Amino acid sequence: MAITLEDVENIAHLARLQLSPTEKQEALSSITNILQVIDQMQSINTTGVEPLAHAYEAAQRLRDDVVTEKDQRITLLALAPSTQRGLFLVPKVLE
Amino acid sequence: MEWETVIGLEVHVQLATASKLFSGSSTRFGAEPNTQANLFDLALPGTLPVLNGKAVEMAVKFGLAVGAEIGHKSVFDRKNYFYPDSPKGYQTSQLEFPTVGKGSLTITLDDGTTKVIGITRAHLEEDAGKSLHEEFPTETGIDLNRAGTPLLEIVSEPELRSAKEAVAYLKKMHSLIVYLGISDGDMSQGSMRCDANVSVRPKGEAKFGTRAEIKNINSFRFVEKAINVEVARQIDILEDGSKVKQETRLYDADKNETRSMRSKEVANDYRYFPEPDLLPIVIDDAFISKIRATLPELPDVKALRFQIQYELSAYDATVLTNEFHTAAFFEEVVAACQDAKLSANWVMGDLQACLNKAELSIQRSPVSSTALAGMISRILDNTISSKIAKTVFVAMVAGEGSADSIIAAKGLKQITDTGAIELIVDAIIATNTKQVEQYRAGEEKVFAFFVGLVMKESRGKANPNQINLILKSKLTAK
Repeated sequence: MAITLEDVENIAHLARLQLSPTEKQEALSSITNILQVIDQMQSINTTGVEPLAHAYEAAQRLRDDVVTEKDQRITLLALAPSTQRGLFLVPKVLE
Repeated sequence: MEWETVIGLEVHVQLATASKLFSGSSTRFGAEPNTQANLFDLALPGTLPVLNGKAVEMAVKFGLAVGAEIGHKSVFDRKNYFYPDSPKGYQTSQLEFPTVGKGSLTITLDDGTTKVIGITRAHLEEDAGKSLHEEFPTETGIDLNRAGTPLLEIVSEPELRSAKEAVAYLKKMHSLIVYLGISDGDMSQGSMRCDANVSVRPKGEAKFGTRAEIKNINSFRFVEKAINVEVARQIDILEDGSKVKQETRLYDADKNETRSMRSKEVANDYRYFPEPDLLPIVIDDAFISKIRATLPELPDVKALRFQIQYELSAYDATVLTNEFHTAAFFEEVVAACQDAKLSANWVMGDLQACLNKAELSIQRSPVSSTALAGMISRILDNTISSKIAKTVFVAMVAGEGSADSIIAAKGLKQITDTGAIELIVDAIIATNTKQVEQYRAGEEKVFAFFVGLVMKESRGKANPNQINLILKSKLTAK
């Protein structure tokens, strides 16, 4: 599978990355390399093999439904650049 | 041309766990902003999700109730998008291997017929926080208390054919999740929210039309209105010879219209991939059996039991079992007064009307089940007539005390003393000679006139059966 410079720009936009023209070219060639490896893997016959969801062959441990966290609002709000009335403030989001 | 509406619903149910899906923060509603948002919920580096077992149990419980396949291995995925109320930059959800697979829900339509609606899947995911756009002039306030609250997203097949069917589906779903105890179902607090995929096609056409997705509808009433205006909009477009655009629309209840949401992304490209921080959930048969044993009696089964045990009509049984707490209230009343038919009439009639008027749930009923049963007992032992009971009930709603104390205080006790009724009847016969003659000449309609007079004279307290008997014998006797 081949990708274009336009694909790279689209992915960069979705990931909110600003890339210079040189970086875009670099990304294009890196991603192309990765896709070549994937092409190679896809030529392997995997009929009847269950897809691997995680590298560890283990099951998720479940936690009891208990509230263990306490109110740390003062400490946590102090980490943010801008807060008011207990809220984190971000640049206006327009719908 | 005749058009057919096609609707599929995505219902988001907030699961009634004490803590969040992946963290030990509280999910309590109404807390001060950001007092229930901790290190993980804020997506601080180095924090990792720890899955809440109760949420998995609730999802499985729902799956069993709709006869669904339970995914023996379900997998979480990351759905990537940027929005400030989702600090991680992705929502942890399930794409390819949801916990709950194909199932179905049987809905009852207005004419009493039933229809089976397919459920495609139900998956676990986390809720986002809340953005407050109006509070500040140049900034948006973010409250992350809700971020990470467990949701079960239930996706239906596009098998609903009208707004009314969609409402019936939602009501049934609401009834079910409350029965199962997996959600409080409080729609005013967003515990059940719904997106509707709506399209129209010429009747008889096999292919679906292009659909629009209406986002975030929060009440049964709005669902019906939103779908109806959207259907009308699409039919207008098609009849003009234009094409419906596939897009996301928002319902504006004030203007009763849907409008296009300015597209957030170029296209929805969420770049899902398996969540590396969580292992697959393995659900074995023992786990499923354990959950199956906790399933309560569900509405359809309960309705059937009510028909057999209490000899109620199918209609009464369905109305009484729609809502878990109404069914429980009814059974308490019957247990205390031993008359199912009267209990059903009072719970569905005067009590329900009074609750609707005051916009109260039955759990907050001003008249308790014991108090209502106490009043019904006084009808049964002939202390009061059914008509007087209505007056007693109104006084009970107004908080004037128990049926017995109201009957005593207002002197509402029924006159069952034959002698007293005879005296009234004699006086009426003596003063209404013309009507007596008419009756004796065969005009039986006049009988009701006499009953009315006796009732009036006794201020409604004379026992109706006795009035009938005494009147009949006195009018026919020469």
